[in-house]
Formats: sequence, C-alpha cells, structure tokens
Amino acid sequence: MKIAVCLNHVPDTASKISVGQDNQSIDTSGVTFVVNPYDEFAVEEALKTKEKVGGDTVVISLGNDNNKESIKKALAMGVDNAVLLKTNEIYDSLSVAKILANEIKTQNAEIVFFGKQSVDYDNGAVGQMCAELLGYNSVSVVVGLEINGNKVRAEREIEGGREIVETELPVVITTQKGLNEPRYASLKGIMAAKKKIIDEKIPENCSNYTETISMKKPPAKQPGRIIGTDATAVPELIRLLKEEVKVI
Amino acid sequence: MANKILVFLEQRDGQIKKSSYEVSAAAWKVSKDLNAEVEGVVIGSEVENPNIVGNYGLKKVYHIKNEQLANYSSSAYTDILIDLIKSIDSQIIIFSATSMGKDLAPRIAAKLDCGIVNDVIDWKVDNSEIIATRPVYAGKALTDVKIKSDKKIFTLRPNVFKAEKITEQAATIEIKKVDNPNLRTKVIEIIKSDTKLDVAEADIIVSGGRGVKAPENFKLIEELADLLGAATGASRAVVDAGWRPHSEQVGQTGKTVSPTLYIALGISGAIQHLAGMRSSKYIVAINKDKDAPIFQVADYGIVGDLFEIVPAMIEEIKKIKNS
Ligand SMILES: Cc1cc2nc3c(=O)[nH]c(=O)nc-3n(C[C@H](O)[C@H](O)[C@H](O)COP(=O)(O)OP(=O)(O)OC[C@H]3O[C@@H](n4cnc5c(N)ncnc54)[C@H](O)[C@@H]3O)c2cc1C
Ligand SMILES: Nc1ncnc2c1ncn2[C@@H]1O[C@H](COP(=O)(O)O)[C@@H](O)[C@H]1O
Repeated sequence: MKIAVCLNHVPDTASKISVGQDNQSIDTSGVTFVVNPYDEFAVEEALKTKEKVGGDTVVISLGNDNNKESIKKALAMGVDNAVLLKTNEIYDSLSVAKILANEIKTQNAEIVFFGKQSVDYDNGAVGQMCAELLGYNSVSVVVGLEINGNKVRAEREIEGGREIVETELPVVITTQKGLNEPRYASLKGIMAAKKKIIDEKIPENCSNYTETISMKKPPAKQPGRIIGTDATAVPELIRLLKEEVKVI
Repeated sequence: MANKILVFLEQRDGQIKKSSYEVSAAAWKVSKDLNAEVEGVVIGSEVENPNIVGNYGLKKVYHIKNEQLANYSSSAYTDILIDLIKSIDSQIIIFSATSMGKDLAPRIAAKLDCGIVNDVIDWKVDNSEIIATRPVYAGKALTDVKIKSDKKIFTLRPNVFKAEKITEQAATIEIKKVDNPNLRTKVIEIIKSDTKLDVAEADIIVSGGRGVKAPENFKLIEELADLLGAATGASRAVVDAGWRPHSEQVGQTGKTVSPTLYIALGISGAIQHLAGMRSSKYIVAINKDKDAPIFQVADYGIVGDLFEIVPAMIEEIKKIKNS
C-alpha cells in the first residue's frame, strides 16, 4: 500500500506578519517557517497507518528549496520517501491541488493525508479538491480514523458534535487536532533522514483561478477601555452590555 | 446574459441553518449590482419551510429530496449540486463557511474547474465583478480577491453578514426527486456533544482559560453563560489539560468565531487564541494581569480576579432580569 502525505511549509503561527512592498503578499524577511501544524497530524497518521497496514510512505510538498526543511522533519519522523515539487510561484488552492493530484497519481498512493488547513492562507480546500480531481473518496477535518481492509470509518468534527462517516479506499483524509499526538523525531530518525534523498521535480505550470488584488493589515481596533480594577466595576460593565452591546 | 446565483441552503435535522439566511441576504445584495437572479438549493429529506428564504430575497428553491439524503454525504451532495448547477446554468455558487460548506465548496470548485474564495467577511461589486475580502494568516492580514474563471464560488464566514429580511414574500419550491444517490461516502451517525450550544454558532460566548485554575471552577463560567444564553468556550491551555472538550476550543487550532459578544475570563490572549476570536463584535476581558495581550483587543476590560468579578456579574445580571 502506498501512503502519501502532503505537507506545506508556512510561517510559524507566532510570527508577526507584515505586508510586503507589492501589497499582495507578506514580507517574509525575519519570518520563521515551520511544518504546517495540521500537517504534523497528517504525517503522524500516515506513519500509524503504515504501522498497521504496511506499505510505503511518501511526503509531497510543493514550494521552493526552503520547503526541504519541513520535508526533512517528516523524514526524521519516519516517512520513507520525499518529493519536492519545485516552484517559486504562489499558487491558489485549485492550482496547488492539480499539481499535487498529478504527483499522487504518479505515486499511485491509495491513502492520502492532508492537514485540514494551511495556516498561511487558511483555505482548508486542497485536500477535498485533490480527492475530487483523483476521483477518491474523502473525509475532511478528521479526529478519529479506522482503516480495515478496504473499509474506512472516520469521525469528523462539525458544529455541535461529530459525524461518523463510512467510505472505502482509495481515500483522502484531512486531519484535525485531536486525531493523534505527533511523535518527536528520534536521534536515529534524524540520522536516517540525512541519508534519504528528496526527489526534486519541476511541476507543469498552472495559471491561477483567483487574483489577489491587495493585502492589508486589518483596521486597528480602537484601544479598549479598562472599566475598573475590582468588582465595583461590574455594574458599569453590565450597563454597557445592556445599553451598548444590547445582549441583556 | 443574465447571471444566476445559486445559494446552498444547509439543513440539519430538517431545519435550515441561520447561516444560510445570512448567505441568502448577502447574495441578494450583490445580485442587485450584478443584475442577477438568486435561487437556492436544499438537499435533504423532509425540510421545514424552505420557502422562508423568500424573505431574504430568494425567488425559488430547489429541494432535492430523498430519505437517504437527510444526513450529509459528500459524494451525493457533490454530484447533485454539479448536476443542478449545470442544468440551471448558474455562474456564482455561494455557501456558508460551516463544516459542511467548507467540505463541499472546494469539491464543487474542483469539479467545475473554477476559482473559489473561502471565508469571505465582506464583499462589493466593482465593474460587474465581485471583490471579496477574506482574512489570511489567522486574521493578521486581509486580502481582496477576485475570481478570474467564468464560474465562481464563495463561502461566507458565519455570523458576519446579517440575515436581514427583505420582503414578506415566500419562495416557490421545486421538488426534485433523486434515485440512487451516490452514497459512496456517507454519514451513518451524528454524535452530539454535551455542550448545549456550539461556539461556532453562538451569538454570545463565555470562554475560560488557565486563569480559571481548575476544571470544577468552570461551573462559574457555565452559570454566567447560561444566564446570557451563551455558549461556553475555552483556550487551548485548558483543553490540553483535559479540563474542557476540544469542541470548545477557540483559536487557530480550534474554532474561529465571530459572535456579537465574546467574554474572555482568565485568558491571556495569545496570538493563536486571538486568531479565533478577534473578529467578534464586542470583546470583554477579565484578567488579573493588566499587561495581558487580551486587553489590546478588548472593548471593555476589568483588571482583577475573575473569582470576585464573575460572581458579581452573575448577581448583577440576575438583578436586572428580576426587575
Ligand atoms: C501551533 C499552535 C496553535 C495554537 N492554537 C491555539 C488555539 O487554537 N487556541 C488557544 O487558545 N491557544 C492556542 N495555542 C496556545 C497559545 O499559544 C496559548 O498557550 C494559550 O492560548 C494560553 O491559554 P490561556 O490564555 O488559557 O493560558 P495562559 O496564557 O496561562 O493565561 C492565563 C491567564 O489567566 C490570568 N489569570 C490567572 N488567574 C486569574 C484570576 N484569578 N483572575 C483573572 N485572571 C487570571 C493570567 O493573568 C493569564 O493572563 C496554540 C499554540 C500553538 C503553538
Ligand atoms: N504547497 C503545498 N504542498 C504540499 N501540500 C500542501 C500545499 N498546500 C496545501 N497543502 C496541503 O493541503 C492542506 C490544506 O491546505 P489549504 O487548502 O491550503 O488550507 C494542507 O494542510 C496540506 O496538507
């Protein structure tokens, strides 16, 4: 069984974001990039799935040479192989999905893991798109997963509860926090990763379906009002909730 | 060519969700500038009063009906929508960015080979084109985006657009039966969480953080929430500690919320927490530490001990309610 995991390389969530000179993207100078946090759950689930059903794991990432840093982390966690689809373009979700879907097809992967969302553009779209492009079944925002033979049973988070979803392989799963606890890379894993080769490929050019006209900082919030420093401020607070917020 | 806009109306348990009315009203607004018609589609078994969306500007609703479609099925819903979009030739398809909408909309975009803008918080029509504003980097920046393909898909963030009634008119309903829906992927069961009201859908949220000190102290948070008809939320610190369920977590790795009122109790306001709640209309913060970053986004703050202030709030609200 070939198991693939798609991995994005994104600014650390604690980074300060400022808009670049082009007014269309961020200024990346001084920003630390990391494995997209949700993709760590995807890597962990790929490894667990391999431990259970056997086979080979491959990590696929689309981006520039910097993505190798995150790819290496996945390799150190235990993923067998890696592909870097090399580009300097900034692609939108459907373009990314098309390029990744092509590679997944080449790899012949039957189980594919994605994070539920990249924390850069916060789209949460690429996994579902790849599934449709490949004609695979899929479940998104998954917090529980069982694969038995051909059968897949997944729990996905929804408003006010969870949906239990049944489907079959081949399948795309997008992972949410709660599914597992990503392992730390062991020293042995880190050493082994150094010997693994990242297969670099140049993907076919795509044209974006959307156009970013501008990027800006959100309007600064009016500085808040400190009403007081103890319980004597409560009547004033409640008055505000009643008269200004109008919720009481 | 007259444009046609199709609004996906989400039903759960046969009830159309409030966020679908928001989408309807928002779609109606842009339709005026685009000189377009707006229609709706609801997929399900029995659905209560789908014609009410007429009040929000939709003239017609297609009800795709089959008992097996009562619960969500990504495969069946996708196939059905694609068929409908093609047969009525709609150019713009709009969803609410709920868990269902976010799952479904990208599939439709992939199948139609068209652009999508997710989690829209504002939009306008400029030169007959929709320019949509969406947050990126967890709300640390906003982008204005337009779609270049002929067909266009948008998902709108819930609780941001107002569900304003436009007329008293009801929509006409066209029932379409489907045989043998594609149920390759289907929901076989829904497990409701114990929390009465989900943070993602609540108009008021009372959230507690590590400052609440112990799981049993959340009784206080719940009491305040009950009084306000609010949902209870939590920071990641208390979810990770096992004090609260993950379904209550607000923030980057939890839920994104935009209620009218968000009350943060004993929450420091880490950037990842702010990511999930900074777009709330009003924010109240109660924290012992005057330098806690939560005060930078709070409209009203009290610097003090929540164990003194929350009971006083409960008293005060009770007083008002009883008078
Ligand atoms: C990748 C990533 C994703 C993350 N995702 C999320 C997320 O989705 N949601 C999230 O919330 N966090 C998230 N975090 C964690 C985040 O960085 C913070 O660690 C977390 O939000 C802190 O929770 P807290 O405010 O409850 O705790 P603390 O930061 O410990 O704050 C407790 C606060 O309580 C106050 N306090 C203490 N006692 C009292 C009292 N008696 N009365 C009043 N105030 C009191 C203190 O002054 C303090 O400000 C994420 C982190 C990472 C790295
Ligand atoms: N450039 C990329 N390379 C590899 N995987 C990606 C890339 N972009 C997105 N993904 C995957 O798609 C998921 C959802 O991303 P998004 O739709 O961009 O929010 C991510 O969690 C990744 O698993």
